[in-house]
Parts: sequence; C-alpha cells; structure tokens
Amino acid sequence: MTDITATSTGDAAVSPSRTLAGIFEAAGPLIALILLMLIGSLMSDSFLGAENLSNVFTRSAIIGIIAVGATFVITAGGLDLSVGSLSALVAGVTIMFMNSAAEVLGPGWQLVAAGIVCSLVVGAAAGLLNGVMIVKGRVEAFIVTLGAMGIFRSIITWLADGGSISLDFSLRDAARPIYYGQVLGIAVPILVLAVIAIVGELVLRRMRFGRHVAAIGSNRHVAFYSAIPVNRVRILTYVIQGLCVAIATVIYVPRLGAATPSTGLMWELEAIAAVIIGGTALSGGFGRIWGTIVGVLILGFISNILNLAGFVSPYLNGAFQGAIIIIAVLLQRDRSQG
Amino acid sequence: MALLVFRDIAKSYGIVPVLKGIDLVVKPGEVLALVGENGAGKSTLMRIAAGLAPPSSGTMLLDGAPAPANLHAAERAGIVMVHQEFCLAPHLTVAENVFLGREMTRGLFTDRKAMEMRAHDLLAELGSSAPVRARLRDLPVSDWQMIELAKAFARQPKLILMDEPTAVLSATEAGNLFTRIRVFRQAGGSVIFTSHRLDEVKDIADRVAVLRDGQIVRVENTRDISEDAMAEAMVGRPLAEIYPPRRGAAKRKALLSVAGLTSPGTVEDATLDIREGEVLGISGLVGSGRTELFEALFGLRPARCGSFVLRGEARSLPAAREAWGLKLAYLTEDRKGKGLLLGKSLDQNVALTKGAINGASWIDRRAERRDLEAAVGRYDIRTGRLDVTAGALSGGNQQKVLIAKTLAVEPDLIVFDEPTRGVDIGAKQQIYEIIATLAAEGKAIVVISSEMQEIVGLSDRVLVMRRGRIAGELSGDAISETDIIRFAMGLEDRAPQEEASH
Repeated sequence: MTDITATSTGDAAVSPSRTLAGIFEAAGPLIALILLMLIGSLMSDSFLGAENLSNVFTRSAIIGIIAVGATFVITAGGLDLSVGSLSALVAGVTIMFMNSAAEVLGPGWQLVAAGIVCSLVVGAAAGLLNGVMIVKGRVEAFIVTLGAMGIFRSIITWLADGGSISLDFSLRDAARPIYYGQVLGIAVPILVLAVIAIVGELVLRRMRFGRHVAAIGSNRHVAFYSAIPVNRVRILTYVIQGLCVAIATVIYVPRLGAATPSTGLMWELEAIAAVIIGGTALSGGFGRIWGTIVGVLILGFISNILNLAGFVSPYLNGAFQGAIIIIAVLLQRDRSQG
Repeated sequence: MALLVFRDIAKSYGIVPVLKGIDLVVKPGEVLALVGENGAGKSTLMRIAAGLAPPSSGTMLLDGAPAPANLHAAERAGIVMVHQEFCLAPHLTVAENVFLGREMTRGLFTDRKAMEMRAHDLLAELGSSAPVRARLRDLPVSDWQMIELAKAFARQPKLILMDEPTAVLSATEAGNLFTRIRVFRQAGGSVIFTSHRLDEVKDIADRVAVLRDGQIVRVENTRDISEDAMAEAMVGRPLAEIYPPRRGAAKRKALLSVAGLTSPGTVEDATLDIREGEVLGISGLVGSGRTELFEALFGLRPARCGSFVLRGEARSLPAAREAWGLKLAYLTEDRKGKGLLLGKSLDQNVALTKGAINGASWIDRRAERRDLEAAVGRYDIRTGRLDVTAGALSGGNQQKVLIAKTLAVEPDLIVFDEPTRGVDIGAKQQIYEIIATLAAEGKAIVVISSEMQEIVGLSDRVLVMRRGRIAGELSGDAISETDIIRFAMGLEDRAPQEEASH
C-alpha cells in the first residue's frame, strides 16, 4: 500500500473491451453480489424476505452515501481516512447545536432543517480543510487524513467528556422520520442513497468535472498540462466527501439519538472497501459509483449472513471486510499488470 | 573470436515491432557505435544485450555460449549498462552510489573509507573531481553522468553499454570520457554506445552500425564512412527531402515579445520575439533550459519577466490555464508523462484540453467521437479501431493524437517540444508537414529539438540556448549546424571537430 496517495502514475488498465474477459471483469462485483444472495437464500428462508432486505439496505445506506464520496476522492488518486471520525464529530456538533437551538426554533421541522444545514456546513468545512492541506500544503493524503482522523475523534471525545452527547428526548420525534420514515413504502435512507448514487454516477460519468477527476487520478501531470484546474478539482473531491459524510450522519443521528466517541468507528474501512470491491482503481484514474453501491451491498450481506448463519461470530465481521479489501486490491493489481 | 553475437534478434512490444532480424557481432577490444534516428531501436538493442529485456526471437551468444538472460546474470558475466536515464539514488553519497549493490565490506560492516578512496580514483580516471562524500542530489547532472560511468567501470566489465553517454556532458567532459574508453579498449574491454553526435562516432568508434526502423542497414569501419553517409543511411534518403520546402524570408509581425524572462535555477534573462507565420527553432544541449524557457513563459513553472507583449498589448505572465485561453499552446516533450492519458480512450484524450478550457458542464460524447474521427483523418492517425486506449498506439501515432489534442483548442502560437522524439521516419515527415502547414496559415510556431538536422531543416530562425541563457540567434541561410554547436558549447569551448553543414 505504498501508492495509496496520489503518486499519479498512469493507470495501465486496458480499455473496457468487449471481450468475454472484459465483460466478466466489468460485471465481477455484480456476479459476486448475486452469488452471495444465492448463498444467503440457501441458508435462511427469511433472507430474501422484504423485511430482511429492507433492513440490510437501510443499514448499508449510511456507509453507501459515504462511499459515494470516497469514490470521487479515490478516483482522483486521493484517500480519506477521516470519514468515520468526521461522522462522529458532525453528529456531536449537530446534536449540540439542535439541543441549544430548540429554545429558539421549537421542536419542529425548522429545527431539523437547521440541524441538517449545520451538519452540511461542518462536513464541507472539514472536507475543505483536508483538501487544502493535501493540495496546497502538498502533504500526502494518507498523512493528512490520518491526522484528521485522530483530531476529529479526539474532539468528539472531549466534547462528550468521554461519554455521549444525546439529542433531547423532546426533539427525537421530529428527527425520527429521517431514518425510520418511508416514502411510497421505501425507507428514507434507501431513497437518499439512490438519489445520491444516481447524481454521483451522472457527475462522474457525464459531466466535465467527473472527467477531470478521473484524468487527475490517471496522471496528474497530464491533467495539469491539459489545462485542467487540478488543485480546484482535487480540493472539491474532499469537499464532496465531507458533504457525503454529513448527509450520512444526518440519517444516522435519529437512529441512535446520540453521538459517542465510538460513533462511526471503522467506517473508513467499510467505505474504502466498498469502493475498491466495486472496481474503482485504488491508485486512481477510474471510478464507478454503481460498483461502489454493489460493494456496499456485498459488505452488508456478508455481515447479514454472518448474523443469520450463527456459525461465525459477528465479531469477526471486521476481519472479513479487511480480507476482502486486500483480495480486491490483489485482483486489481493482477489486472493492471496483465 | 567474437565477444557478443546477435543472431536474428527481433523484439516487439505488443503488436509493434521494434527490432527486426538484427545480426551483429561485437569483438573484444572494440568500440562499436550504434546510430539511428530516435525510435530506430538502439536503446532496445542495448537493453536486450544488458539482459533487461528478453528478445521476442533470435539468439544471443556471449563468448560462444548462450548469453545471460537477465540483468544479474549479465552483470556477473561482465556486461554492464549505463542508462540514458540515471539509475542512481539521490539521497546517497557519490561513493555509495558508485558501489551501490556491490558495497565493499570489512567484516559485517561496509568499508566506507576504502569505497571513498576507490570511487575517487575511478572518477579521477574519468577526469571528474566530483566530491565522493557529497550527496548526489546536491550535484549537477554532468556529475551524475560521470558517477554513472564510474559505477560501470567499477564493476570491471568486459563490455559496457552506454546509451547517449555524452548527451549531458560538455565537450571537455566528453573528451575525458573518450580518453578513458581508449584505455579500457587497450585493456581488451569492449564498448557499445549510442550517440546523436556523428562527429563523436567518427572520433571514438572503431565500427559503426546504422539502425533504421528496427533493422541494421549498414555496418562499416568508421574510417570508411563519412558523417553525411551515416546520416543518410539513418534517414534512408537524402537529408534535404524529408523537410518541407522553405518559405521565403519575409518581414513578419511579432505575435509575442518577451523581455527579461527568468525562472530561478533554469532560465536567466531571456529576451525573444515569436512571430506570426514563422518557425522558430530552439536548440541547445540537454539541460540548457530550452523546455524550461517555454514552460516559464506559459505559467507551467514559476517565473518573472520584464515585459510580456502579446498581440501588441503588454500584460503580465499568464498562469497555466490562462495561457491556453490566450491561445498559447505548449506541446510537451514528455508524451507519456505529461501529454496523454495512456489508459484512457482516444476521444477522451483529444477532447481533454479543449474541454477543460471551454467545454460545457455536460459532456457531449457524440461530438467527441466526431472530433476524433476528424482528427484521425486530418492527422493520419493510424489505428485499427477507434475505441482503443492511447497507450495502445505506436509512438508516432500517439504523437499525432497529442498534436490533435493540442490543436483542438485552435491556438495562435504552438510550441512543439521535441515533436518527433521516438517517432518513426514516416510519421516524422508527416509531423514536419503539419508544422509547415500551420506556419503557412500564419500561426507562430516554435520547435524545440535536440536533433540538429531537424532544427536546421525546419527553422526560419534559430535561437541557441546555453546554461539557461539565449546564447545566439541565426536566421535564414546563416543557419548551420557548425554555428549552432558553437553557440551551444559557448564560443570559448569550440566544437570538437569542424563539421560541414549540409
């Protein structure tokens, strides 16, 4: 993992060819997901039931939204390790803000809206800070976001004084629908994830900005010599990441109603794993949001199957995720050398 | 008895053949020169001999036995290579670099003192006084080259392969190297080297092999072949023909006038005019600041200047993206590192700069496809399919894609930096035609090139750079290789051998 930060080598990936191998490679994560669902359905009758599926999707939505942002960062050849602790920080600050603003705004939708704005501002600001330090300060993304990870986590622990920051009980009903609500029978977190994923895919695939993100990840020097505003685009990917973390946190807060020093622990692992499993190149230059969503679902179903099956402790979930990241990167390396 | 024998050696990268049926013999105690255009296959042949790349077919014999097939075996067998790109560790000292991988030891520890003394001697034999305890990164590139050479001699080889060893050396340093090579030859050692400087070849080599498009077209004793004959064998036709006809001398209007341009450490106080409808050639040795001058001009590296007058209006030096908006284009010499996204499709590459400057937020893929098709026709980009990645094309076709990408923004001033490096002779001629056509349309053209003949053949006017300064200007019929070399070397440091211009 020496080249995780943007050392901007050209990606040696072959063109998305129409050969059988090309199709298999392109659809690999999807095939893995289908296999996983087959295994799941053999293990438990309730696996494919609407309740279980909705449950897995809803839980996956939070990591999924963060992973959409991570897809932008990684495609541009960067890395953000601070997403988990940023989520805890955003949750803590937002809850404190809502508790104190409740006297002015009352426990209604205005308060929820103000809370959302507060989250977005904190998330975007943190992303901007990361991006500026990495791009203008020319410090490796790995170092900056590793440092930020420690700083954010430590601030929330200090704010919570080692305990937790809870949303006042009187306010919980107002925030509740964000996680537990449904529109047309579909849970709100799933809808939000779907919208963000579709917007993300369009931006990355169809918009000039997305083209520039991939060009920078592919070879930063070529991008610079091609008149692409490299610094601005790189910083923006971190801002997008921060905004995605904020949106995910907004959905997560009503579920627990509190922020603690362990909120969002290891989320960076899950988000990066999802991105890599989905086929985005860890060294940058190529990314796909739909792959990331499939990656998130793969992680979600593995965890779900471990819970349902009962013969492997769910405590080992993290080990599975870690192993999957390493295997996915190994497969990518074989591909690029082939 | 032959030292090294190549028998029907061929090498392809993917579908692109680089060497075709090479038969060549190197004798003990012989200096053999490989000459040829860029991309003729000289470096590839050397890499094969050094065990760095296996041949696709054919056999290679060393002392009558099959030659070693990898770098380490080749080194043990006494073959070492001095690369064109340095293979040195900038953070280590000179002595540590000379003995890199072969450290002298005393007991468990490296014997620093012995290595420093030996490194000092080895460098002295090359006429170099580079301090053996200095860290490499603090020394100039000419010292690096000497250290690289000292490292090769330190291994007491039978055969040294040198790829463009004099490219970054001054005439004096090159002379010292040749003296050392003669001593080595006297002791029975063999050398294969490549050089673009045919006068050097004449001076030091016993035999010369001329490569063209991956084949050996002539092998002669050096005393039996003139420099002109070598050059003609290299390009495969009389020299004059590959260049487009000259445009008549005319009074031309300056598009851009710059005075006192300085970029710290690379360019000092450069003053120049770039005129409409004119091809301005930029010559000078590698490292003389040619590329840096134009990168500084277009905001690609930090710089300041006295005045910058574009189309009659004074303004400040533009920033990188600004220069493109002012229709000033720089076409990089580093096609793979700075020019093209090798892993991306051709249409994305062609659209990249144009899109970054004034493209709409949403990408119009159909328009990009149309633009690619037009470019393929106009610049004769030869590719079987349009949906391949840029990296799949040959060097010449990649260069045409880079040209298409740059010209897509319709610039008024185009700087071509080494436009034919690693390009075959056919594509080369086409690129010359593109350049001549642009000049005829009234565009201001700058061509930076290490190939003297290219500068002489293309330019209406030539600026010669030396150590970051513009050392001289030649125009029209006064442009000659001899004068360019004089300026490039500095007047007090005369060209090693007077050479007739063609």
